[in-house]
Amino acid sequence: MSFTTHTGNRGLVLEEKLIFEQGEPGRTGVDLPKPAGIKSRLGGLDRDSDVGLPGLSEPQVVRHFTRLSQKNFGIDSGFFPLGSCTMKHNPRLNEKVARMPGLADLHPMQPESTVQGALELIDSCAHWLLVLTGMPAVSMSPAAGAQGELCGMMAIRAALDARGENRRRVLVPESAHGTNPATAAACGFTVDSIPATEDGRVDLAAFEAKLGDDVAGIMLTNPNTCGLFERDVRKIADLVHAAGGYFYCDGANFNAIVGRVRPADLGIDAMHINLHKTFSTPHGGGGPGSGPVVFSDALAPFAPIPYVVRKGEKFHLVETADEKDGNKPFGRLKGFHGQMGMFIRALSYMKSHGADGLRQASGDAVLNANYLLARLKDKLSVAFPGYCMHEALFDDDFLKDTGVSTLDLAKAIIDEGFHPMTMYFPLVVHGALLIEPTETETKESIDQFCDAVLALVAKAESGDAEFFKNAPYLTPRRRLDETAAARKPVLRWMPETA
Amino acid sequence: MRYLPLTKADRVSMLETIGAKSVDELYSDVPEGALLSEPVDLPHHLGELQVERDMAKLAAKNMGTASVPSFLGAGAYRHHVPATVDYIIQRGEFLTAYTPYQPEIAQGTLQYLFEFQTQVASITGMDVANASMWDGATSCAEAVLMACRATRRKKAVLSGGLHPHYREVTETYCQYSDTEVAGRDGHPEKQATADELDDLIDDQTACVVVQYPDVFGRIQDHTKLADACHAKGALLIVVFTEAMAFGAVKSPGSFGADIVCGEGQSIGNNLNYGGPYVGLFATTSKLVRQMPGRLCGETVDQDGKRGFVLTLSTREQHIRREKATSNICTNSGLCSLAFTVHMSLLGEDGYRGVATLNHETACKTADAIDAVPGAEVVNDSFFNEFTVKLAKPAAEVVEALVAKGILGGVPLSRLYPNRDDLDHYMLVAATETNTDEDIADLASALKEVLA
Amino acid sequence: MAKKFSQEHEWVEYEDGVATVGITDYAQQSLGDIVYVELPEVGKKLTKDGDAAVVESVKAASDVYAPLDGVVVEANEELDDNPALVNEAPESDGWFFRMELSDESQLDELMDEAAYKDFVEGL
Repeated sequence: MSFTTHTGNRGLVLEEKLIFEQGEPGRTGVDLPKPAGIKSRLGGLDRDSDVGLPGLSEPQVVRHFTRLSQKNFGIDSGFFPLGSCTMKHNPRLNEKVARMPGLADLHPMQPESTVQGALELIDSCAHWLLVLTGMPAVSMSPAAGAQGELCGMMAIRAALDARGENRRRVLVPESAHGTNPATAAACGFTVDSIPATEDGRVDLAAFEAKLGDDVAGIMLTNPNTCGLFERDVRKIADLVHAAGGYFYCDGANFNAIVGRVRPADLGIDAMHINLHKTFSTPHGGGGPGSGPVVFSDALAPFAPIPYVVRKGEKFHLVETADEKDGNKPFGRLKGFHGQMGMFIRALSYMKSHGADGLRQASGDAVLNANYLLARLKDKLSVAFPGYCMHEALFDDDFLKDTGVSTLDLAKAIIDEGFHPMTMYFPLVVHGALLIEPTETETKESIDQFCDAVLALVAKAESGDAEFFKNAPYLTPRRRLDETAAARKPVLRWMPETA
Repeated sequence: MRYLPLTKADRVSMLETIGAKSVDELYSDVPEGALLSEPVDLPHHLGELQVERDMAKLAAKNMGTASVPSFLGAGAYRHHVPATVDYIIQRGEFLTAYTPYQPEIAQGTLQYLFEFQTQVASITGMDVANASMWDGATSCAEAVLMACRATRRKKAVLSGGLHPHYREVTETYCQYSDTEVAGRDGHPEKQATADELDDLIDDQTACVVVQYPDVFGRIQDHTKLADACHAKGALLIVVFTEAMAFGAVKSPGSFGADIVCGEGQSIGNNLNYGGPYVGLFATTSKLVRQMPGRLCGETVDQDGKRGFVLTLSTREQHIRREKATSNICTNSGLCSLAFTVHMSLLGEDGYRGVATLNHETACKTADAIDAVPGAEVVNDSFFNEFTVKLAKPAAEVVEALVAKGILGGVPLSRLYPNRDDLDHYMLVAATETNTDEDIADLASALKEVLA
Repeated sequence: MAKKFSQEHEWVEYEDGVATVGITDYAQQSLGDIVYVELPEVGKKLTKDGDAAVVESVKAASDVYAPLDGVVVEANEELDDNPALVNEAPESDGWFFRMELSDESQLDELMDEAAYKDFVEGL
């Protein structure tokens, strides 16, 4: 039965105002000592007006954010098969160690002598990444995957400049993540798109035809955004090298091959690793991420500052370029030395798994995805034939004539208690549904998801499009009006004017 | 392995459903010879106990700022973070959520982002703010690129009072986009006033970047500089490294700044040896569509109830691709939650109160240092950080203080390795976490070191 | 003078030396709800087939190309406050900008209404 409550609350789902609508002057959530009344030395610029912040007590603040949290779906809540995002379990041990005294309370400008353990930790994290990729060098600086791409492409630009070559064209498959072309453009390159073949891989002939002495390199995701391994990856590497260009590998999907395939053996020159995907540092509702970049010998000298070097038993943080070492860093990417908090979590994750566990993790991720593919392939339309890697891609052909779109189906999946798959990406597939179960899901949860999807598809086929058009029904909010939000943007709370 | 739920029996039955003989068969697209048959040469898996022990060993080799008197700043500040903050950000619904692309089941993240944007806009005195950037330095670089887009010009003028790392990151970001970066060197005893930059502003200037308070701790009014910029059609970008300061000083918005951006670490976030931090980014309504990064906006749902969504996404890489305003994708979601929770606890009284405490502690520290022979505070104005001129090279003094168990400051030689003229200067920051005892310890240690 | 149409789905109405340009009803339907239009500045020189404006829906941004060479003399500021006009009245109140033409003969290269209708049907 359906009825509305007096409060608007529905059982455990509680309506919550903005903090700005709850404050009272004079209330606070912190107790501070009384000021001593020292005359200020603020250069005469003492604040003379209110900031406009609401006053709330601690219990109000705790309740506010607890209620907000209950309107969110996380990996801890349930199955979260968001393709290309790798929503695997985030171990709590990693959170615990990241908060240890002696790690969380280290200041980035402490003298080297007081942070030897921190530098050793960065070096150790780097070592794991180097062995797992087989590459000779790594920059730990980048703040996230997109900045890792920037790091890799800037190194390529710097290497080309050092060679005195004015190569400006970068080849990017049309299935690429949007950050690839955006990054290439930010480094002053022009983007030339490579078409895909019928089986979802780079069209080798088209790629070869585009090579020339103005080509700086290729940006290729492998396994690619269709969840497939690029069979011709070595040929691609050889061809781009023969043409004088570099091979940037987008390592967003490294989780499918970690411990089983070393990117170095595929001929890459640079690759970023999303620690928040492959090594399970929490996504946190949109960051922080971390995107270390491994480099080949050709690009290593151009890696940005700062970086850690080991000399005997001592670790050093190199913060300025030293030409004597033969290094020509292209610059600096972050205020300080990278996402240390994420290195701690990733190292804890890698040590917990070990070489054996990481190999098992990638194998299970691929097994889970193929199992899901096998369970759904008769009813849904598989985008490309054959086995997949860590994620399964479908197009919307199976919804043809039902009046139900990929989006509608996803919204109905929400009501079933799952986070939906990635939709409409990659762009090379019509109405794409990209499903990534990850290795931390049980067979039972995958079965439950597949059963629910199959039931919904049957419902769609039975002609109940209206049901789907209006889904979801059971969420804290139903479909939101994104057009209104974009036409008249309201981007902050404002006090009501009298 | 405790994180991997599949059993041997599961794997066998799943392979059967798939119709594959082995997991290796699923990797059949991998080129000949590239598929490893054994684990790589790294240690094997460990239990929680062993991992925690290993990590604790590394932690024990460091001198944490919480364990000794610490006066380090220069872009990262230690403040007391209420216990509530860490409790909230560890709630799994926040910690393990993705970017809120499905708003029906992400209203929690979206609402706090809306609150975060409002808080950032309020403290900076600007119209709007985005849902965060990676850190202060990248925010600064992105602000310069944004100014170039908005003005269709290609020259940025950076003040000598800008943090050198921010300058380096900005130069790095600009180097391949034909953007000229001009400016002058700063010095703690020479004013970097508007007049000093005035002659660098011309018809090709997209923006002028100043830091407030500046890297040496000084506080200056930039109203005239804003006017000078606007007279030439350039934008004024005001950068900050200490977000706590705006509880005590006038907001940059009051100067007429066009973009205000900087580091939000000092509210709600640990020092974390430099990251993750949270970049704050605010601007005027007029420039909102040129802004990089994610934005959360208010709307209504199908039933007419208020809700929130990510909006104006067409600026971003996943839609505009090579024409996007920035390549940023993931931002600093959880750090912005920590900021929002801390700010909510502080409120108007707490924010201004803790800012006052910072300033008073810094005043006391400055007086104590000034009384030490061979040490002189050079600032006329400061918030919670100032520059000290020492009779000995600052790097040596800092090492000698470490030997006495004190993290006394940041030598300017670390920030400006090529500036011999700054060897004797040290940045000292004091916050509400510093006790009178800490200050006395620092002063007496400094006295011995300089004697 | 009767409206003329381009293959990029713009319409042009030329009167008293000034051409008014907008996007066609077909274009607005395929774009969906328009949320923002980035208009060219007055005085901007446009080249035929070069970038002139950007029209945005919630999930897409599309370039609008100049159908003719010329200089922008007026932009439809109404669209700043009410981009929905493009959906409601694409070929009248939802016009984008007005331009002075450098070469009137370029008008002859555009389609008339019947030809455009055939063109759209062939898509």
